[in-house]
Amino acid sequence: MAEAMASNGYVSGSNLEKVLRAGHFAVTAELGPPQSADGEVIRKKAGLLRGFCDAVNITDNQTAIVRMSSIGAGAILVREGLEPVIQMTCRDRNRLAIQSDLLGAYALGMRNVLCLTGDHQTFGNHPQAKNVFDIDSVQLIQMVKTLRDERAFQCGDPLKGSEPRFFIGAAESPFADPVEFRPYRLGKKIKAGANFIQTQLVFDIPAFEAFMEKVRSLGLHQQAYILAGVGPLKSPAMAKYMKESVPGILIPDELIQRLEEAGKPWAGKSKDELTKEEKKARSEAWKQTGIEICIELIQHILRIEGVAGVHIMAIEWEEAVAPIVKGAGLYPRPVVEPLPA
Amino acid sequence: MSGVKEDTQIVAFCCQYCAYAAADLAGGLRLQYPPEVKIIQIPCTGKMDILYALQAFEEGADAVMVAGCLPGDCHFLEGNYNAIRRVERVKDLLRMIGLESQRIKMFHISSSMASQFVRAVEEMLDVVEQLGPNPLRANHPENPKEMISEETR
Amino acid sequence: MIIAEQKPFEEIKSLVGAAQKVLVVGCGTCVTVCFAGGSREAAILAASLRMASKLNGDPKEVSDVTVQRQCEWEYLDSIAEQVSAVDVVLSLGCGIGVQAIAEHFPKTWVVPGLNTAFLGLPAEQGVWVERCAACGDCILGLTAGVCPIARCSKSLLNGPCGGSQNGHCEVNPDIPCGWQLIYDRLKALGKLEMLYEIRPPKNWRTSRDGGPRKIVRPDLRLSEEE
Repeated sequence: MAEAMASNGYVSGSNLEKVLRAGHFAVTAELGPPQSADGEVIRKKAGLLRGFCDAVNITDNQTAIVRMSSIGAGAILVREGLEPVIQMTCRDRNRLAIQSDLLGAYALGMRNVLCLTGDHQTFGNHPQAKNVFDIDSVQLIQMVKTLRDERAFQCGDPLKGSEPRFFIGAAESPFADPVEFRPYRLGKKIKAGANFIQTQLVFDIPAFEAFMEKVRSLGLHQQAYILAGVGPLKSPAMAKYMKESVPGILIPDELIQRLEEAGKPWAGKSKDELTKEEKKARSEAWKQTGIEICIELIQHILRIEGVAGVHIMAIEWEEAVAPIVKGAGLYPRPVVEPLPA
Repeated sequence: MSGVKEDTQIVAFCCQYCAYAAADLAGGLRLQYPPEVKIIQIPCTGKMDILYALQAFEEGADAVMVAGCLPGDCHFLEGNYNAIRRVERVKDLLRMIGLESQRIKMFHISSSMASQFVRAVEEMLDVVEQLGPNPLRANHPENPKEMISEETR
Repeated sequence: MIIAEQKPFEEIKSLVGAAQKVLVVGCGTCVTVCFAGGSREAAILAASLRMASKLNGDPKEVSDVTVQRQCEWEYLDSIAEQVSAVDVVLSLGCGIGVQAIAEHFPKTWVVPGLNTAFLGLPAEQGVWVERCAACGDCILGLTAGVCPIARCSKSLLNGPCGGSQNGHCEVNPDIPCGWQLIYDRLKALGKLEMLYEIRPPKNWRTSRDGGPRKIVRPDLRLSEEE
């Protein structure tokens, strides 16, 4: 990447790359495809995100639950004029399938790919499935880079024609274990060819600052664009669940208390005692607080050296993205003219 | 014992250090205990093999009791604890085979507990009375075909 | 060694089916040590089948015999006569033993009494754990003697995924994270820098992905005259 940047040439020319290269604080958002063949869902969600982010991540059977394919949904997004980040996991495809899918994705106009290991299939709705894991996420990054920069397949054979020029993304979970190894693992991914990084959800700012300090000491922030993962909490129960059950997610107790505080007018009553309207009002109060917290987190993150943007994961709540982006002062999104060649 | 058929058979695997001595003492004290019990002396209930119990049932025993030392008092430290787990395993096997798991039970009886030994035997007789005889036994009226183990063994 | 466990009794009964004469064949090697298919388990299963079939009103003749190793022809020769006298052989060997019996006695119907589980070791009394995936290209020299193919749920080669927490795998808190184990050992041995190197994609041809495997050692083969 260093050499590509020095020559002023884009590696992919994607909007996300252009925004980051121009030095803007980037915003990406996540879009979860439906568990159906209904393309209208994608178009509707695209409408919620249009104008509020620089690129849209489309998950790849997230949590191992079968959904419309990332590339299929991505093709719809391209038609809608939004830029997708195709998420690609190693769980469901071997090196043949991944490469062929990526060739197809590029031909359909997709320019960003996020290389992931993938959640284990035991979490999803087909726990009986055989997994693949032919390659891991680091090797996947390397493979996409080889396709792009060496115009060769993983086996070494040359491509017979034009190469897929992807802006290559990778994920990092700063607080998963072993925590001391995480910055080095990030370094491995950047060495393998990652151009941008999207992290697991960040709620604990001091912990993330410590991670970024290590990242800066390794010089990694100068070799890839690091986008911090953020997301709105929907309820105290969701926050507690994530804190306790999702590996690598730290949620300070004070954030959970703030959510509980927001639900106080309805506290002390059991689920059955609340009317439908009361439940709705309580849910709205929680959501409002969740969005506020998310905005505050972004404002903290904006001040951390070496962070190039945020990746908003509003899981099955894409409506939250617009108020978050506006609230954080990141709207409107920049329109970047290509740099001169 | 009323209600228990004359040919009832209870096999008691008794540790020589405790339950076997208790049975002996019961005799010495002239405590009456049911004659249906066949006492087999073993050096420790830790020697009680799952196969011994299965064999007893296959040969027609209506119930099996395993009697070892009080918890913590095993002459070989933990033979009686091993026996507890094996009795549980035999219960699983009995259920699997189609026999009632209550037909086997572990007891802890020290050498001085003669009356407890008698009560244990009576308890097993009650179990047999409730469940009826071992359906595997030859010439048992409930046995659908009078096929016996001699030829199959 | 090979670790196996007995199939549920109901499944064994249905595999035996209507056969009248059954020979339960135990194996005296791996499955004896993991208490799944040795002489004791063979005797218990035979007795259980006899009793269950009798209770069912369809008494079967079930006998048992245990050979030193079901996976070697010469040991199987010793039971040829017993095998030929029954309707079905219920093997308590691993999958290799079952197939050896099938191959050695072409006219015999053989069914498995065990599920062959994995290659592993007894971690403590009554607990067995997987250690090797027989991938055919050992990388333990790169991973501090802890195999990521067998012990990482995703068989990753470049370090832990984001699902490692408090030393556990995301799949199940009972599973230690293989990469945490590798990390800890490399750290203790002062070789952490080995983790910073990027390991290339694995060549899975040496694993099952290359088709059934075979090793030929010309130096050990008997000449054709012999």
